[in-house]
Amino acid sequence: MKRAIITVVGKDTIGIIAAVCTYLAENRINILDISQTIVDGYFNMMMIIDVTEPEKPFGVIADELSRIGEEKIGVQIRCQKEEIFDLMHRV
Amino acid sequence: MINFSEVAETNAMIDRENLDVRTITMGISLLDCADDDLSKLRTKIYDKITTSACNLVRTGEEITREYGIPIVNKRISITPIAIAGGSACRCSDDFVSIAKTLDRAAKEVGVNFLGGYSALVSKGMTEADRMLIESIPDALARTDVVCASVNVGSTKTGIDMDAVRLMGSVIKRTAERTADRDSFGCAKLVVFCNAPDDNPFMAGAFHGVTEADRILNIGVSGPGVVKRALEKVHGEDFEVLCETVKKTAFKVTRVGQLVAREASRRLGVPFGIIDLSLAPTPAVGDSVADILCEMGLESAGAPGTTAALALLNDQVKKGGVMASSYVGGLSGAFIPVSEDRGMIHAAEIGALTLEKLEAMTCVCSVGLDMIAIPGDTKETTIAGIIADEMAIGMVNQKTTAVRLIPVIGKGVGEMVDFGGLLGYAPIIPVNRFGCDEFVNRRGRIPAPIHSFKN
Repeated sequence: MKRAIITVVGKDTIGIIAAVCTYLAENRINILDISQTIVDGYFNMMMIIDVTEPEKPFGVIADELSRIGEEKIGVQIRCQKEEIFDLMHRV
Repeated sequence: MINFSEVAETNAMIDRENLDVRTITMGISLLDCADDDLSKLRTKIYDKITTSACNLVRTGEEITREYGIPIVNKRISITPIAIAGGSACRCSDDFVSIAKTLDRAAKEVGVNFLGGYSALVSKGMTEADRMLIESIPDALARTDVVCASVNVGSTKTGIDMDAVRLMGSVIKRTAERTADRDSFGCAKLVVFCNAPDDNPFMAGAFHGVTEADRILNIGVSGPGVVKRALEKVHGEDFEVLCETVKKTAFKVTRVGQLVAREASRRLGVPFGIIDLSLAPTPAVGDSVADILCEMGLESAGAPGTTAALALLNDQVKKGGVMASSYVGGLSGAFIPVSEDRGMIHAAEIGALTLEKLEAMTCVCSVGLDMIAIPGDTKETTIAGIIADEMAIGMVNQKTTAVRLIPVIGKGVGEMVDFGGLLGYAPIIPVNRFGCDEFVNRRGRIPAPIHSFKN
């Protein structure tokens, strides 16, 4: 399975998770794990998704999520392939 | 599985601490372009570069998009032109025409620098080598992205003092040819001892003759990441300090490894090495000098600087070799003056002198780099500085280099601005005593005794 990590950072507001999840559902991307905290009014979310067989090229998904964050809800959304974290933090 | 804090740490490194992959450099052999007809040779070179590297920039951008790691530069290194062009060039102008072809090819594929307008003359010069070296001032003045380098010495061969003397003059002439741009041409010219064949960093990159037809070498950086990590262990003992640098270097190198693997796969070009160098930029928080200050120095250049830099350089290498089996190139800490805000400040307040920089080059990964000196510095004095630096490399079996900019029309204390990643610097004084008789001797300095290992 190929996984990717979505991170959302920004000022807390209504509908952040909904916006991300709606996009993922529309693009038939399965969510494997979600964790979320709010620190000092700032929303931090990490989501692990399955990108084994995405319908769109991965770069397009990353760009579209980033745009949803900027234009619709005013938060930073990043979608990165998992290997960068694995390689950096595991010997 | 990856946890929240690890993801946050990686992204903080990228967002706030300037972690990036500094360069993907594609090495391209031009040996198969050799031809005794100059125009055919130029066509073959242009075609080989533009077909080999046509997807380089796009692939780099794709990787950035998918992993979220910035790849700042995409570059090309080529077989030293004195070798590749030797059979076709009858005069220096012929070499200049190749430089223009290289400039055009590099711009066509969208890279920001191309290195390899070079000659390897550590023991002696062929006629082609001499013509290429003589053509450097003209070539650098008439091109934008071509970088030149000349290897004038090695631990195995000693130092070719005829080439050192010639380079003193070539640097001066390059400065004069680009006097209208603060002698910018010299920022694209490096003199080496023990030049590595697989260095991805400019201006000294070239594709060594021992290399495969095409290869990808990756340069990772991250002085800001190291500085930030050291802030968290402020005041701890040396063991903790070393561990922290090592762990950080490991993490940074692993990112390079990932980019290298992906780029290699997508381009169908074998991966060569990762060069883990702490390469500063003039941006805030991207400074090697700031790391030295974080270790406890009032300013870079203060007593203790050489020891702190030695420690840093060594721990960076140790962390890097654990992270990738193919660490190569220069790997360590770069100390260019104009490209490092902390170094610039140290030079401005008089904490950092040319002599201290020379001492630092004994333990850093390269040498005297991006140092602006007065425009009226004599050719022989520049040659003397080169000879000193080459001797340090030769005896210590390390790469050393000289990239000096004698800024024509300007003197000590005045500022020069090269723009972009090349930064800005105050002109620092050079020892005023002469060395003419020494550098004007003919011949070469023999290899040191410890080079005889066979």
